[in-house]
Amino acid sequence: MTIGLYHPGHSPLHRLSAGTKVTGLLVASLALFLTPSVWFAFWSVPVAFAVYLSTGAPFRRLMAQLRGPAILLGLVLAFHLLFGSVADGLLAVTRFATLILLASAVTLSTRISEMAELVEWGLQPLRPVGVNPEKVGLAIALAIRFVPLIAEEFRHIREAQAARGLAANPLALIVPLVIRTLKSADELADAIEARGYER
Amino acid sequence: MIVLEGVSHDFDDRPVLVEIDLALRERRIGIVGANGSGKSTFARLLNGLVLPRTGRVLVDGVDTRKDVKAIRRKVGFVFQNPDHQIVMPIVGEDLAFGLKARKVPKAEIAGRIDAALACYNLGHLRERPVHLLSGGEKQLVALSAVLVTDPEIVVFDEPTTLLDLRNRNRVAAAIDALPHPALVVSHDLDLIAGFERVLMIEDGRVAADGLPSEVLPFYRERMR
Repeated sequence: MTIGLYHPGHSPLHRLSAGTKVTGLLVASLALFLTPSVWFAFWSVPVAFAVYLSTGAPFRRLMAQLRGPAILLGLVLAFHLLFGSVADGLLAVTRFATLILLASAVTLSTRISEMAELVEWGLQPLRPVGVNPEKVGLAIALAIRFVPLIAEEFRHIREAQAARGLAANPLALIVPLVIRTLKSADELADAIEARGYER
Repeated sequence: MIVLEGVSHDFDDRPVLVEIDLALRERRIGIVGANGSGKSTFARLLNGLVLPRTGRVLVDGVDTRKDVKAIRRKVGFVFQNPDHQIVMPIVGEDLAFGLKARKVPKAEIAGRIDAALACYNLGHLRERPVHLLSGGEKQLVALSAVLVTDPEIVVFDEPTTLLDLRNRNRVAAAIDALPHPALVVSHDLDLIAGFERVLMIEDGRVAADGLPSEVLPFYRERMR
């Protein structure tokens, strides 16, 4: 299983700091939404696509990652065609397509630890009001770490149920999945303590 | 040296360990016992993951109840399932996790990660997502993540249980080559056959304690 996150590499994007990339993404978002030109948004798509390809991740993986967003954008366009105008639909779709490509390029070229450090840095001003930036950073890393673990658990439960002749039933899947995930989280908490992390 | 003095522990009033007195000073100690015998709780006592209900555990004279931070620096712990030990999504990031927790200077972290991974020829995995590793690679990464923090003693809780034979042999060789004193909880009797000492735990008590050549035949007999 692959998840749409960091892909190791040495591209120019990889060499930039997480802060620079996120700031760039923010500036691009503002520019896109503050410029009411369909042509600007339209031409931003191939530029963003080039940035996306420049991460150096395998082409098939890059294309596979775009399948889900493409369906979503198709729905957005259909909505506009039905209830709005073609120009509005194209503007919305091209803006979102650009942002999805750029955001994906940032996540593909940025380690989770760098992103977590950036969040920790950004949250430092909130420390006086009780926010612990290190804990937020760790929570982000753990959430991402858990994605493949939960997918694996899901597969095991589904296989065990199928082997016993049970048809796919969302409730029968979710209950054991939640229990197993909580158990895994409990063990991971033990490991975090054992490895010297202080609460 | 680890000393247990009158250690007892229970979960929900069910005794798990009962009045254990031991001095552990050998470089390789194996711990065997049936499922539910209390051996994993015993292992967890040694680095303060579990604190004894009564009695005390001393690691080089430091009470686990009094200074758990110091204990965790001294005693590294390798869990049975590496998926439940590896915290970060990328191998290198996970090794960095323990170092950052110990406030190791940033400039030192990269070199220590490289050195730890090189010990098991895992340098090529540094940027690899953890979920794409094999079971043996994950267990060796988990071991590297413990060793990179430079513990004085390493405790293993069933390190080969989830592995196929090839990966089991890789992990066994890694434990064998470890310069640190190690305590290994295991059902894999071949793994601990060459150790200096084996403890057999039964119903929360140390039922046998001695050389593997003495304890393991007794254990096999009890498991019939």
